Amino acid sequence: MFLIYCPYCEEERAEEEFHASGEAHIVRPTDPESLSDEAWGDYVFFRKNPRGNHHELWQHTTGCRKFFYMTRDTATYEIKEIYKVGEQPKVATAPAVPNKYDQFSSEQAVKK
Amino acid sequence: MQHYSGFGLLKHAMSHHENWQRVWRNPTPKKSYDVVIVGGGGHGLATAYYLAKEFGITNVAVIEKGYLGGGNTARNTTIVRSNYLWDESAFLYEHAMKLWEGLSQDLNYNVMFSQRGVLNLGHTLQDMRDISRRVNANRLNGIDGEMLDAQQVKEIVPDMDCSANRRYPVMGASWQPRGGVARHDAVAWGFARGADALGVDLIQQCAVEGFEIEDGTVTGVKTTQYGTIKAGKVGCVVAGNSGVLADMAGLRLPLESHPLQALVSEPIKPILDTVVMSNHVHGYVSQSDKGDLVIGAGIDGYNGYGQRGSYPTIEHTVSAILELFPIFSRVRMNRQWGGIVDTTPDACPLISKTEIENLYFNCGWGTGGFKATPGSGHVFAASLAKGEMHELAKPFSIDRFNTGALIDEHGAAGVAH
Repeated sequence: MFLIYCPYCEEERAEEEFHASGEAHIVRPTDPESLSDEAWGDYVFFRKNPRGNHHELWQHTTGCRKFFYMTRDTATYEIKEIYKVGEQPKVATAPAVPNKYDQFSSEQAVKK
Repeated sequence: MQHYSGFGLLKHAMSHHENWQRVWRNPTPKKSYDVVIVGGGGHGLATAYYLAKEFGITNVAVIEKGYLGGGNTARNTTIVRSNYLWDESAFLYEHAMKLWEGLSQDLNYNVMFSQRGVLNLGHTLQDMRDISRRVNANRLNGIDGEMLDAQQVKEIVPDMDCSANRRYPVMGASWQPRGGVARHDAVAWGFARGADALGVDLIQQCAVEGFEIEDGTVTGVKTTQYGTIKAGKVGCVVAGNSGVLADMAGLRLPLESHPLQALVSEPIKPILDTVVMSNHVHGYVSQSDKGDLVIGAGIDGYNGYGQRGSYPTIEHTVSAILELFPIFSRVRMNRQWGGIVDTTPDACPLISKTEIENLYFNCGWGTGGFKATPGSGHVFAASLAKGEMHELAKPFSIDRFNTGALIDEHGAAGVAH
C-alpha cells in the first residue's frame, strides 16, 4: 500500500487514486517512417524490468488526472523521488539493458 | 528410486514410517553439464524430467537460488484448464492437459489432479458472445467445452447467487469438465523426484549471478556457491526474475514483473466442488481438499519484485467473490501472499531461443503458468534437446514482438487466469 505525493495537488494520497503507467521517459520515435521492425517492436513492447530503482510514469487518475514521474525501488517498494513532467530524475535506475534504438534513455537524463 | 505403492505404505507402516528413502539427493555439482536449467520451479523441474526421460539427456543440472518449488509454484491457485481462444495457445495448453491426465501414473507420485471442472462466468451480453466464440473455437480444436445458461450454472454451483437482480447477474458460463485443480507442491516434488532418479542434479541454495558468453555463445553460468559451471546449453525458467537474468545476459525481453496475490480462508466444510472464475467481476475461487477457499486476485499495476502486493487489490477481489457468493460474507481469511509474475504484452509466454547461441528462455507465463507446467517442460525439453524449437513452441518466439505475430489472449484469458 503506497501513500503517494501528487506533485500537482501537493498532497499525499492513497494508492487507489493513482494508476501506474509503466516505464517512464520512453521517447516517441522522431522519424517513424524510417524505423525498422526491430526498433518499432522495441519501442512498443520491450521494457526495462529492473530489480531496484525504476523510473515510472504515474497518473493521479481520480484526482487531478495529471501525469508525473516516480523513482521507486521495485524490490523494497520505497518511493525515492517524485518529479513533474519536464523535470529530470536525481536518482539513477538499477542497471538494465537500454533500448539501443532509443535516443533518450533515463540513464542519460540522470547524467545531465 | 523407491517405488510408491499401497503395498509399500503398508510395509513401511510396520517400521513406523522411519525407513523411507530420501526423495532426492543433494549433490555437489559437477564442473560441466550438457544442459543447465536455471530455476527449480515446476516448469524448470518438468523440463529437466522430460529431458532425461524422453530425450535421454541425463547430464543435466537444475540450479535453484532458494528451494525447489518455492516460488510461483507454491503461490498459485492451482487451476488447470486449456480453454484458450487462439489455436497456438489452445494447442500448447491442451498438450499440457493431456500430460496432466497421466501425470500421477507417469511420475509415480500423486499430484492430486482433480478434474472437477472449470466455470468461466459471463455477466453481460458481450461476455456471453465472447464465451460462445471461445467455446466454439475450443470445440473445433478438439478441446472439451460447453455453453451453460444461468440455470445450468446454478445446478453445478447451487450456493452461488445466480439470481437476475444482482448488480452483475450470472447470465451463463463456459464449462470445461476436464479442467480442475492439482496439488501444486506435489507437482514440483514429483518432477524433482523423477528427474533426480534419472540422474539430474538438483542444486539448491545456489543463485546464478551471470553467464559465461564467448563469441555470442553461452558456455556456462556463474554461480554464488560453486563458481562457474560449464554448460552446453542453458535454459532459463525463472518466471518473475527473467528480466534480471536477461539483464545479466545483456538481453531485452518484452516482460514486466508484477506482484500477483492470492489468499486462502479458514477451512470450512465442503461447499464448492468445482472452480469458478469470472473475468468480469474479476475473481476466481475453488475449495482445496483441506477445506479452505483458495481465492486469486489480479496483478498490481506497478512493477515489483517484493512478493507482496497492495491491499486494494485484495479488497477488489474479495468484493468480487462476495458478489458471486454472498454466503461467504462471514468467512475469515487466513493467509495472503504474493508471487512475482512476468507478464508479456499479449498475455502469452515466451518459449524461445535468444540472440545468444545456446541460451534459451521459457518465461512470460504471467498469471497462468501453473496449468501449463508439464506441457511447458515437455516442449522446452524437446527444444533444448534438438536445438530447434518444438512445433508447439515456435509461435511463442520472442521475435513475434518484432514481426507483429502476437497471440492476443487478453480477450479470452484476460485477467482471470
